[in-house]
Amino acid sequence: MPVRSSGFVRHGWAPALACLATLLAGAAQAAAPHGESGEGASFPPFDPTHFASNLFWLAITFAALYWLMSTIALPRVGEIIEERAGKISSDLDKANAMQAKAEEMAQAYEKALAEARKNAQGIAQAAREAGAKASDAQRHATEAELAAKMAQAEAAIAQTKSGAMSNVRDLGSDIAVAIVTKLTGQAPSPAEATAAVDQTLNRG
Amino acid sequence: MAAGGGIDPIHQFQIHPIVELKLFGLNLSFTNTSLWMVIVLAVVSAIMIYGSSQRSVVPGRLQSLAEMIYEFVAQTLTGVMGREGMKFFPFVFSLFMFVLASNMLGMLPGSFTVTSQIIVTAAFAVLVMAVVLVYGIVKHGTHFFGLFVPSGVPGWLLPFMVLIEAVSFMSRPVSLSLRLFGNMLAGHIALKVFGGFVVVLLGSGAALNYAIAPLPLLLAVALTALEFLVAFLQAYVFAILTCVYLNDALHPGH
Repeated sequence: MPVRSSGFVRHGWAPALACLATLLAGAAQAAAPHGESGEGASFPPFDPTHFASNLFWLAITFAALYWLMSTIALPRVGEIIEERAGKISSDLDKANAMQAKAEEMAQAYEKALAEARKNAQGIAQAAREAGAKASDAQRHATEAELAAKMAQAEAAIAQTKSGAMSNVRDLGSDIAVAIVTKLTGQAPSPAEATAAVDQTLNRG
Repeated sequence: MAAGGGIDPIHQFQIHPIVELKLFGLNLSFTNTSLWMVIVLAVVSAIMIYGSSQRSVVPGRLQSLAEMIYEFVAQTLTGVMGREGMKFFPFVFSLFMFVLASNMLGMLPGSFTVTSQIIVTAAFAVLVMAVVLVYGIVKHGTHFFGLFVPSGVPGWLLPFMVLIEAVSFMSRPVSLSLRLFGNMLAGHIALKVFGGFVVVLLGSGAALNYAIAPLPLLLAVALTALEFLVAFLQAYVFAILTCVYLNDALHPGH
């Protein structure tokens, strides 16, 4: 026996028997007053001869039909229809769930993509900044080094120059002493000569 | 129209026993009516039981037919009585299918129309009324008779109204049975008469009669189509009126 989903079948037997009983009672009623006397009636549907047999067989066939329909056919067809409706709705639910999941995944993907893009931008920015900073630092370092070298060179030049200048002064004063000695025959003191050379150097 | 058995329009309703059977002094012979009742039973069972035996989710032809009939009757019934009317579903369904199959099988040439017997339609009508009365009284007790007492009627008018309501209630089985019986009987007689005209005209031998013989033939063809419509419509009307009357038993209040 299949599982009964609809409630109507539970009292399948009682109405079938009731139908049978009603119609059989009718058959007896119909047969009682007329008996077999209706042979003379000309119009067959109104001829009571076969009323009893018609009712009898109608009761049997209709009760059988009712019984077959209420216990076998209708529950089964109802079940098939319900099953199909259930399957369709569950399939639809499943499809909806899957679609929601797919959408969720698409959203997650979008989010990940946006995040990755943001990260990439950040990284690029950082790299750019780091690069700039490094090159700045290098430039500063190079500049400082160059400046130091230049200062050193300048100092060396100044030293050389002052060395040279002092050499020139010594040389000048020697020359001046020699010239004065040659001209005057009298040798000036080196201090005088140096003073004179300094005076000339400072002027010129 | 007494031109022999072939053209007598009443002959098709003649009942003749196939197997004589007498029980308790009653003539319960298995007649041609009984035979066609059994055929109706077999056809309906074949559609509904054999048709649904596959139980497939994607239905075949016969299963589609069975499901279509099921849903059609269920819709008709719930449309009139609502969901709680489904307890009468097997009853209404069996009635509808029995009447429909009888009417439709009656359209086969040479067949017998079970529903053209007034005793059959009367039995159905009485059965419907019995179900209405028994269910109404069992379910609602004396409250069921409130059906005959319309509300909002002045007191002096009430006896007349009750009388009218009672008469209208009691005339229901008469109208229910006569409508189906009359339609089936008249339709088949009309078909036979027009068919008979063709035979008579062709059999008369006169040239003019040969010429006009196709006219009743055309009419018979048109009437056949109409009769198929009537066969379905009367089964539907019978079922829907049954629903309406059963609805009174479910909800006796006006």
